[in-house]
Amino acid sequence: MNAHDLFIAFWTIFRREVRRFTRIWPQTLLPPAITMTLYFIIFGNLIGSRIGEMGGFNYMEYIVPGLIMMSVITNSYSNVVSSFYSTKFQRSIEELLVSPVPNWIILSGFVLGGVVRGLGVGLIVTLLSLFFTELQVQNLLVTITIVFLTAVLFALGGFINAVFANSFDDISIIPTFVLTPLTYLGGVFYSIQLLPEFWQGVSQLNPILYMVNTFRYGILGVSDINVGFAFMMILLFIGGLFSYALYLLQNGKGIRS
Amino acid sequence: MTLALTVEKLHKVYGNGFEALKEISFDVAEGDFFALLGPNGAGKSTTLGIVSSLVNKTSGKVSIFGIDIDDNLTGAKLNLGVVPQEFNFNMFENVKDILVTQAGYYGIKRSVASERADYYLKKLGLWEKRNGAARMLSGGMKRRLMIARALMHDPKLLILDEPTAGVDIELRRSMWEFLRELNTSGTTIILTTHYLEEAESLCRNIAIIDKGQIIKNTSMRSLLQQLTTETFILDIDTSLSEAPQLDGYVVRLIADNVLEVDVEKEQGLNSLFERLQAHNLSVRSMRNKSNRLEELFVSLVDKNLNQDKA
Repeated sequence: MNAHDLFIAFWTIFRREVRRFTRIWPQTLLPPAITMTLYFIIFGNLIGSRIGEMGGFNYMEYIVPGLIMMSVITNSYSNVVSSFYSTKFQRSIEELLVSPVPNWIILSGFVLGGVVRGLGVGLIVTLLSLFFTELQVQNLLVTITIVFLTAVLFALGGFINAVFANSFDDISIIPTFVLTPLTYLGGVFYSIQLLPEFWQGVSQLNPILYMVNTFRYGILGVSDINVGFAFMMILLFIGGLFSYALYLLQNGKGIRS
Repeated sequence: MTLALTVEKLHKVYGNGFEALKEISFDVAEGDFFALLGPNGAGKSTTLGIVSSLVNKTSGKVSIFGIDIDDNLTGAKLNLGVVPQEFNFNMFENVKDILVTQAGYYGIKRSVASERADYYLKKLGLWEKRNGAARMLSGGMKRRLMIARALMHDPKLLILDEPTAGVDIELRRSMWEFLRELNTSGTTIILTTHYLEEAESLCRNIAIIDKGQIIKNTSMRSLLQQLTTETFILDIDTSLSEAPQLDGYVVRLIADNVLEVDVEKEQGLNSLFERLQAHNLSVRSMRNKSNRLEELFVSLVDKNLNQDKA
């Protein structure tokens, strides 16, 4: 297959992925919009007005970047985990396995599909947030780059989860027991400066903290952590997870006998 | 002679220790219509799974049109179309989209893929259903959809793993016609089936696999020549209380006016009719008790089983 054929193969997978989540938009795009609106109303407006300032900003302004990032993380992950697992479950993965599409194209197609959903939901949540607060992006390049890289990272995570999953329960275990707690403890709702020193140290082991704070830095210009270090960490994780996912595909883990 | 498929010393041991293939070897020539037969669990689907890279082999070599799958899997796959035993498409996807998407995986442009999909949808009687979800298709239609999907990239070698399972006889025969046409136009076809009449009718060469070993690999004609005895069912016009004694033939009375006769290959049917006439018995109709290939298949598999027991 030449470069043109490879691009068609990639585009076919990517297009199918995007069509899948847009076709079932009441399940994929609408729920995060409703949930985040509730967060804005309850945490931002009702409770936030009593909390006062956080990191030099009013509470609503402070949590908006975190909530956008939380939507991006959850949706890019869940798109790939459910799509790839369904493909395995229905055995339609065999359509891809018998075809000459290289594994890196398969992986890229699924991951980019997840990224588009993550970014799409992120955009919806951003637009909704404008009903509650003003957003003045301090550093557009950092904002866009970090949100994109985060979506890539969690789409890769979703892919690996789906490779190992043997039942529909297995695709909800990681989001429920790992992803959600890490997101909530990743500085979405608070600055880690509020924590005792020991817990600040523990929090720094949470990779989501780096993404939320770098995104917050892009929008508000404040961060609990070093932004350069955060980018380096994320790129390192992306490289590691991409290689691992490719290795799993190459060995047919969960998809070949 | 160009070989469409070469399988050399193919060995497969599954993770649970089950040895599915014991270093089997066989070739399929370009343009052939080849039957790979065997009882359930014999290793047919494992063999075809390895050829189509859905199953990892333990050892051995597979080449498709001279391209070793270990050296150039992409090149080998471009020549191969696969129709699996189980339905393996997204049931919620639109019928035509399944075809166009599959073509996309082979780098075929959407416009070209769309035209090709229309051709096969019409050819295989799926045109009316093209815009519906695949789950709404009947079993036979789903099988035809998988055949259409496997042909979207014009493969030179088509593997069909029980393509007519659960398909009614009328539809099965129309699928045979389509497959014959495809083979005549140059596509090499490998077929596995439990309908031995199907294999006898379509295939020129055959391999029989049992317990992970090839126990027969020859042409259909020479295999059928090995059949020494055929059993015929005769409907006669007279009611009998016991089987007539026909010199040189084993005759059984299975109903008042139905006889079952074993005929040795060298005996022929003329002398049978002469002997029946001598007993004033007229034959209204006659048929084979079972398909000829079926008789051979059963005897070969039984023989293999007895050898194992011995």
